[in-house]
Amino acid sequence: MLKIENLQASIDNKLILKGLNLEVKAGEVHAIMGPNGAGKSTLANIIAGKDDYEISTGNIELNGEDLNELAPEERAHNGVFLSFQYPVEIPGVSVTNFIKTAINQTRKAKGLEDMPAKEMLKMIREKSELLEIDRKFLSRSLNEGFSGGEKKRNEIFQMAMLEPKLAILDETDSGLDIDALRIVANGVNKLKSKDNAVIVITHYQRLLEYIVPDFVHVLYDGKIVKTGDASLALELEAKGYDWIKEELVQ
Amino acid sequence: MELKDKLLSSYVAFENDIDTNSDIHEIRSEAFQNFEDLGFPTKKLEAWKYTSLNSVLKQDYSIFPNKENSIQLADVQKYFIDDIDTYKLVFIDGKYSSFLSETTHDTFDVCLMSSALAKPKYKAVIENYFNKIAKKDNLTSLNTAFANEGAYIYIPRNVEVEKPIQIINFTTGSEAATMLQPRNLIVVEQNAHVQIIERHQSLTSNPVLTNAVTEVFAAKDSTVDIYKIQNDDKTASLVDNSYIEQKSNSIVSVHTFSFGGNITRNNLNFYQRGEHIDSILKGITILEGKQHVDHHTLVHHIEPNCESHQDYKGIYNERSTGVFNGKVVVDKEAQKTNAYQKSNNVLLSDKATINAKPQLEIFADDVKCSHGCTIGQLDDDALFYMQQRGIPEKEGKALLMFAFANTVLESVKIPEVKQRIAKIIANKLNVKIGFDL
Repeated sequence: MLKIENLQASIDNKLILKGLNLEVKAGEVHAIMGPNGAGKSTLANIIAGKDDYEISTGNIELNGEDLNELAPEERAHNGVFLSFQYPVEIPGVSVTNFIKTAINQTRKAKGLEDMPAKEMLKMIREKSELLEIDRKFLSRSLNEGFSGGEKKRNEIFQMAMLEPKLAILDETDSGLDIDALRIVANGVNKLKSKDNAVIVITHYQRLLEYIVPDFVHVLYDGKIVKTGDASLALELEAKGYDWIKEELVQ
Repeated sequence: MELKDKLLSSYVAFENDIDTNSDIHEIRSEAFQNFEDLGFPTKKLEAWKYTSLNSVLKQDYSIFPNKENSIQLADVQKYFIDDIDTYKLVFIDGKYSSFLSETTHDTFDVCLMSSALAKPKYKAVIENYFNKIAKKDNLTSLNTAFANEGAYIYIPRNVEVEKPIQIINFTTGSEAATMLQPRNLIVVEQNAHVQIIERHQSLTSNPVLTNAVTEVFAAKDSTVDIYKIQNDDKTASLVDNSYIEQKSNSIVSVHTFSFGGNITRNNLNFYQRGEHIDSILKGITILEGKQHVDHHTLVHHIEPNCESHQDYKGIYNERSTGVFNGKVVVDKEAQKTNAYQKSNNVLLSDKATINAKPQLEIFADDVKCSHGCTIGQLDDDALFYMQQRGIPEKEGKALLMFAFANTVLESVKIPEVKQRIAKIIANKLNVKIGFDL
């Protein structure tokens, strides 16, 4: 599904990604862990198409299509979803109207008519129940005055509504208490299928107890330096990153 | 001939057509003298520092249209709010169109200024209110001198007018250039309620200069809501002078939607003569090209325990320019005043300009007065967030602009007016999505 080869990218002339390779197949869950400043969020933003970054070499392909050529909305139409580490507050736009606009614009891009209002309402009801979101919450301005947990739940609610092929969860667990974490993880698990894939970016093992990864990658200094199964996350939790740095030196 | 000279010489002809023996005529003559002394405002005046009328005054305007022009309803229907029942006062090239209008003298009066001026029945009201709060400045004086046609609205005690009243001035372009000076008088007695929608619309690209004066008297416990829709042709300029006097417990709101026109100057003045008054001034301005809009507001807090709320949102593209000059005066006696003023602006282009100037003159010591002014760009992070969810850049920008303007839009009490404004904004932003925010 996603294939990244030798990706090098910089921001303000500072090289962040230094030849990153990653392949994610449909039906897989990949976790990306690594110390602060390793380039995890940069990778997420580049896949989503944020234009602050300069890509010097490398390819990003989604189902064989070169993502570098596409605007962020076109990537979204092709099924890329990024759950933001810091979701943006948009005063004056309600959660409901935002998601309606997002869905209908995506349908429009695919040559489809607007989703009938009744169907939309039904879907909103189902997905908000899945994420245990109060109906009143949906008429509030997007992310404005939301708690950290509400923001993250709202991200996964939007993911549930948009049904992406590739979902990237950028530190979706940060700021969540244990109940919210369980709700969010449960939501993600319900959406998992053999046709889509999830990339979980996290610092902590605890989210991976709920969303069990097929692969765990360590991103360090702009490269993926180690890949393992779910047990690697446990090892990182117990030992930190120093041993990996030492391994690299050797 | 210079416009001023032309106006001065036209006054003699004007006097032939009107009753010169009335008290009103004394007021006109005095105003005429005043304009003759003052002339048109120039940028040397502090109040006109950022707005020059020079280019507009160069046109050879016809002062009185020669003939009666008629227009087909089908051609202008789109300018009306026509999905609800309303009273209408329609003027074509400054002359009243009985065909397009819908007036009443039932329990209240929605009629013509000229007929109200002529009939003894209205004498008492006219004498009590006409030109009592309008300033004696250049352009208001000029309007007063020529005051004859416009809307006369009188709502007696305890009457709630259910249908909004639309006042629309069309110009047909039958003259190479047209100058209009509509004069409106709106008197709302105790505990009465009325909603008014105003629009100036040029039907061709022949230049138009409108110098309008509206006086509004809101008695005790009354409620008045005024919506000014300014979406005129790019060759039409407007100076809109509004003077509003409020008595105790009255609530008056004025929403000014400035989307079109060449040069638009709004002089909006509130005088609070009573306690527990609420004055609400709101505006959305969206400009492009070389358009210019100047909002000059004044709220004069004269007595204690009153409030005023100002909320102006501006979006400026290309080389457009905007001015927000909001003045709040709190007299020594006006303790416990709560005056709030906000002007938020977004510049979409490097060449667009906004001059914002809040002015507070506070002579009382126990008041709450706040003012805030921001100038910025659209939030790139918010735009990326929207794009990430599949909303294209153009629609995302439009949605952000709608959201930005929404605090003003949501306070519009007539749903059909709100929808119309949303539609005009969507057209202006060239997007086809109906945001029901």
